[in-house]
Amino acid sequence: MKTMCKIRKSSGQALSNQEAYERTRLKHRRLVTLARLLVLVFFLFIWELTARMGYIDAFFFSSPSRVALCFLDMVKDGTFFTNTGITLLETVASFLLVLIISMLASTLLWYSHKCSEVLEPYLVVLNSLPKSALAPLFIVWLGTGINTIIVAGISVAVFGSIINLYTGFRQVDEEKIKLIYTLGGGKKDAFLKVVFPGSIPTILSNMKVNIGLALVGVVIGEFLAARRGLGYLIIYGSQVFQLNMVITSILILCIIAMGLYQMIQALEHFYQKKV
Amino acid sequence: MTNPILELHDICYSYHSLEGETDALSHISFQVKKGEFLAIVGPSGCGKSTLLSIISGLLLPESGEIRFLVDKEGDTDKHPMAGSCPRIGYMLQHDHLFEWRTIYRNVILGLEINHQLTPQKKQRVMELLKDYGLDKFKDKKPGELSGGMKQRAALIRTLALDPEILLLDEPFSALDYQTRLSVSSDICSIIRSAGKTAILVTHDLSEAISLADRILVLSKRPATIKCDIPIHLTISGNSPLASRNAPEYQGYFNQLWKEISDENHVQNPQIIRPGSK
Repeated sequence: MKTMCKIRKSSGQALSNQEAYERTRLKHRRLVTLARLLVLVFFLFIWELTARMGYIDAFFFSSPSRVALCFLDMVKDGTFFTNTGITLLETVASFLLVLIISMLASTLLWYSHKCSEVLEPYLVVLNSLPKSALAPLFIVWLGTGINTIIVAGISVAVFGSIINLYTGFRQVDEEKIKLIYTLGGGKKDAFLKVVFPGSIPTILSNMKVNIGLALVGVVIGEFLAARRGLGYLIIYGSQVFQLNMVITSILILCIIAMGLYQMIQALEHFYQKKV
Repeated sequence: MTNPILELHDICYSYHSLEGETDALSHISFQVKKGEFLAIVGPSGCGKSTLLSIISGLLLPESGEIRFLVDKEGDTDKHPMAGSCPRIGYMLQHDHLFEWRTIYRNVILGLEINHQLTPQKKQRVMELLKDYGLDKFKDKKPGELSGGMKQRAALIRTLALDPEILLLDEPFSALDYQTRLSVSSDICSIIRSAGKTAILVTHDLSEAISLADRILVLSKRPATIKCDIPIHLTISGNSPLASRNAPEYQGYFNQLWKEISDENHVQNPQIIRPGSK
């Protein structure tokens, strides 16, 4: 009788323990979200306050209210939409091209061991080269249009991406590839049935890195060779001492970067749920 | 039953690296009869898996000849894997079911690769799944199945291509002991009832005795055939689990144990060719 009571008691406790655990987790999540918002509000508040009190010069450092006004102006006269649109377009285009080029190149490297052995030192050099050094060349070669910017975006991300994907392909279990051969398949089957589907997590995490790098390349390109885009607004604003515009553009870039990253993360979650 | 289906003649194989050459197989010759269940045992690292890879066509022997007798008429084909459909099924140590495919899609992988996804073949796969108690799990992911079920699914994947010879490379060694006993007996009865020829590589002597009709003992590297022991158990026809209770079982076990442990002590073993025993 005693033991039965004990069992019942402990199982009852286990349930409430689970509930208590869920409650503390929820509390924790809420606390973190609240704290995050508070940090932002606090930062904006101090920024606004110090600018208004004259501790910092609002001409150089701007202030949240000036940024908000500048943003509204930009929306009104349409510069927000044209410049954000062009930067987004260039970033997405170079991201997609990086994805295609690096998938094709790493597949080729995986197929041909000789090829990868020959090309390895070149990839390493190109990957460690600071790609901003190439931008002036692209301007001379391609002019100052959207093409140059997209190529600049590609150049920043593509070599690292190829190395990353190729390494991912190589890490697929050799025994799984042997299995394909025992079933009568060839190298193509090994790639399509094992290497590619097995590397999807690598490809997704690689995409997350690439989207950020493509944005870096695009902004560098716009600094040097554009008449439109957020990078151009930043450079132009700094030259005419329109620092409100510079800071507004930087904030818009922040939001773009976050949005693009979240989109790929959503894709990753979708894949994980499916598998 | 007496027609040989596979004939190995004087097979040699060595691995090469910059440090030098390692002989793995030296002058291996034997025959396998149709419907026979052959076990190959030997000290670890002696080249058992290399031998299977050569039979399956994944590796080419450096010298010697493999003859694969396809039909009753005695057609020979040197490269059984070269055709569009492999007539040799190879079961690896691990199931290697792909986590991104359901059990059903894993099982039809071989058919997919060989472009044989006909309604009849799919029907057969469904029957196999039903026979081996996996039909309820066909839409599950491999991670949701037990080790024994996964190994059975791997066997169905191999059988889906309807191979004439099955090569089993320690297919039970990744399982725990209990699962291993039941799965090995399941798989053995599946293979026997399908009338397939099978070559099992194992390091488990009792497994070899209880499953096989004949046991080849290999020597240390470079592997030669040390002896060739036919197994006759008086309660054959029963499950491999029951055959462990056969009166001859202990005798065979001691004989094999002696051969293998001799191997671990003697440096230059006397080579005994098949048939000379």
